[in-house]
Amino acid sequence: MVAETRVSRPTAEMFSTLEERFPGAAQPAEYEGVVIAPDQLVDVAVFLRDELGYTYLSCVTGVDYPEPTARFPARFETVYHTFRDQGGPLTLHAHASRGNPVVPSLVSVWPSASVHERETWDLMGIRFEGHPDLRRILLWEGFEGHPLRKDWHEPYYEADYKPFSSRYPKGKPVQAEEQTPLGRNLQYPPDWSPEGWESQAGMEVYAPLEACAPVDEYAASDWCPGCTDRVVINIGPQHLSTHGALRMVACLDGEKIQRLEPVLGYLHRSHEKIGERNTWLANMPFTDRLDYICSMSNNFGYAVAVEKLLGVEVPERAEYIRVIMAELTRVMNHLLSIGFFTNDIGVYLTAMLYALEERELIVDLFEMASGSRMMCNYFRFGGVARDLPEGFLPLARELVYERIPRRVDELERFLVDNEVFRARTVGVGVLAADVAVAYGCTGPLLRASGVPYDIRRVEPYSIYDEFDWDVAARYNGDIYDRFMVRFKEIRQSLRILHQALERLPEGPIQAGKKQTIVEVPAGEVYGRVESPKGELGFYLVSDGGPNPYRYRIRAPSFANLGVLGELCCGHLVADVAPILASIDVTLGEVDR
Amino acid sequence: MGVVREAIRLPEVPPELQGTVRLMPWDRLYNWSRKRSLWPLFSGLGCCAIEMICAAAARFDQARFGMDVVRPSPRQADLMIVSGTVTKKMAPQVVRLYNQMAEPKYVIAMGACAISGGPFKESYNVVSGVDKLIPVEVYVPGCPPRPEALYNAFLALHARWDREPISSLRWYRKDEDAGIPVPALGPDLVDWRLTGKMATLERDK
Repeated sequence: MVAETRVSRPTAEMFSTLEERFPGAAQPAEYEGVVIAPDQLVDVAVFLRDELGYTYLSCVTGVDYPEPTARFPARFETVYHTFRDQGGPLTLHAHASRGNPVVPSLVSVWPSASVHERETWDLMGIRFEGHPDLRRILLWEGFEGHPLRKDWHEPYYEADYKPFSSRYPKGKPVQAEEQTPLGRNLQYPPDWSPEGWESQAGMEVYAPLEACAPVDEYAASDWCPGCTDRVVINIGPQHLSTHGALRMVACLDGEKIQRLEPVLGYLHRSHEKIGERNTWLANMPFTDRLDYICSMSNNFGYAVAVEKLLGVEVPERAEYIRVIMAELTRVMNHLLSIGFFTNDIGVYLTAMLYALEERELIVDLFEMASGSRMMCNYFRFGGVARDLPEGFLPLARELVYERIPRRVDELERFLVDNEVFRARTVGVGVLAADVAVAYGCTGPLLRASGVPYDIRRVEPYSIYDEFDWDVAARYNGDIYDRFMVRFKEIRQSLRILHQALERLPEGPIQAGKKQTIVEVPAGEVYGRVESPKGELGFYLVSDGGPNPYRYRIRAPSFANLGVLGELCCGHLVADVAPILASIDVTLGEVDR
Repeated sequence: MGVVREAIRLPEVPPELQGTVRLMPWDRLYNWSRKRSLWPLFSGLGCCAIEMICAAAARFDQARFGMDVVRPSPRQADLMIVSGTVTKKMAPQVVRLYNQMAEPKYVIAMGACAISGGPFKESYNVVSGVDKLIPVEVYVPGCPPRPEALYNAFLALHARWDREPISSLRWYRKDEDAGIPVPALGPDLVDWRLTGKMATLERDK
């Protein structure tokens, strides 16, 4: 479609506004956005939030520039993407020296910065001054080094670029294991010895939880200290309701949760480090494995981001196929999410079997088109990998017109009026709209709190502006509403699918000819799509080379999980599982 | 059932009891019954977990194999399906789960990541295959494997049991089993079984 991005870029107007208010604080960045002097970053952020309406901070990340460029010295850069109701992103940069990288924390301005800043500290080693709890988030305390720095190498490091020439020296293949002294994926600092050493990793989470203050509810009531014992418990990582390897540590008073903290990183596979070494296209199959339930949406996000850099126009048929796939994914994800959710409130597996039955039919379609049930790897820059096979459309029509609407009605009838179901969900885990925005929640979680923010509507990518559909929203913000929003969204997706299947044009499915080596011009881009779980963003920096210089994934589940502690506070232990399920996280995407 | 059945000569069943009584070696009865009541551990690590759940769901119907009791507690489980990437952060938990399972216990490494690290092998936080930590019985290749491939692994496990007299199971052996030392998280993953090797490296330097 339209190659040019439709987002409002910071124009000269923005510069003059900033210049007027904060003289000398802003200057143009290398590629996009503005560079703010670190000492004025918080003031600028408050100004943007309160006076210009940039209430939503989507993504914070860091970039390492060990080599000086024409305009800037060697540095670490933190990058912030903020949005307002309509428009954005406004990209802010702040520079920090490589020797002692410190920038002020923006948690006091946008609480959503908290998890992202912790991740940036963990992986990039940039300290955020004023962050209330700057601990490692994906790796563990005591891990040696900050992996995303360009000068940090992992044990199996071979070269900076793929394909590696070192794999077949003298025609003989070399195993990665042969290249490390221990024959394993392990490396230790030279002066470290396991003798007499004891691991403390994982313990640091307990102390602040044990010391946490009681929730306000108790302070006001006649609760007496000592009536009930305070205990700190672990939930997960091996637990039925954690949807993967997620650990939660909760401080309880009796059965009420005083404070709860998710402990992440049990599926941290370093997508970003691997992605910075892969060629541009080689990252496409890796995006499948981010949110492994909806691989097509992840493909979409990455393709949209890279196409913005490339300036490619996607043929119309390819756009329609993309939308069909993305919406089928959304239907599938929401069905599964409803299934898992009922699983967690105690309908053990029964309702999920219904959901999985529909999922099977949808993955059959994906398999027809892409050759794989789950890891589709179907999108290409400027199109899709192959055309729809014969027999796809009749099956898809049957599913979209006949089967899924009936099944959704049936599921809704079974569950929604169920007394037990309502008792467990109505009024539980309420998320207020302002809190949701402040914490950077997106997707059904945000829309159930009464904020009808859908990227397909506010910043239409692909051809979503050509369809007739409504943004699903509800206004109470409890678990029940999140559940209902998913039902509504399935129906809206079906509406889009009806139109897309009817109007699917003939034509090419790929702009230009297929190519494996993509020449991406230097620049930076933040491309985002509405994945079923929320805003899936890819922040890419290209230096014109064969692989991304920086490949950052803004995962919706990761940001949404930041609000979990807030939601669970004051509820019973038994409500944690439904609340977590109503956020709908996939750990592959949370930990990346 | 080759080996086990032929080693033992069974007595004749009297003709009046032939409709109701069957004689078979104890090994065969034991294996027959555990083949039909294999309880897997409900433990998903990554992408493959979704296909594992699909394998358990209506279309493929794992209950045909007597495997419908899927519980998250390792104490009741005979089979651990390592479905997904084993990260270093998760490695201690995987070993702990394995240690907590009762004998006889088996491990299926499902998917490329569990076999060798798969697409994420080069990652700094990924263990290059779960067999670096715990013994693995069956490897299921794929990324992720289809549910049918997982079923093939179950059948391979069954076939293996047919060749396995119960006297050889670790449960019935007299030697002590202390379990596998749980790795720790230090500057990197610390596998206590490697510390001897690390000391040698240290000395050689």
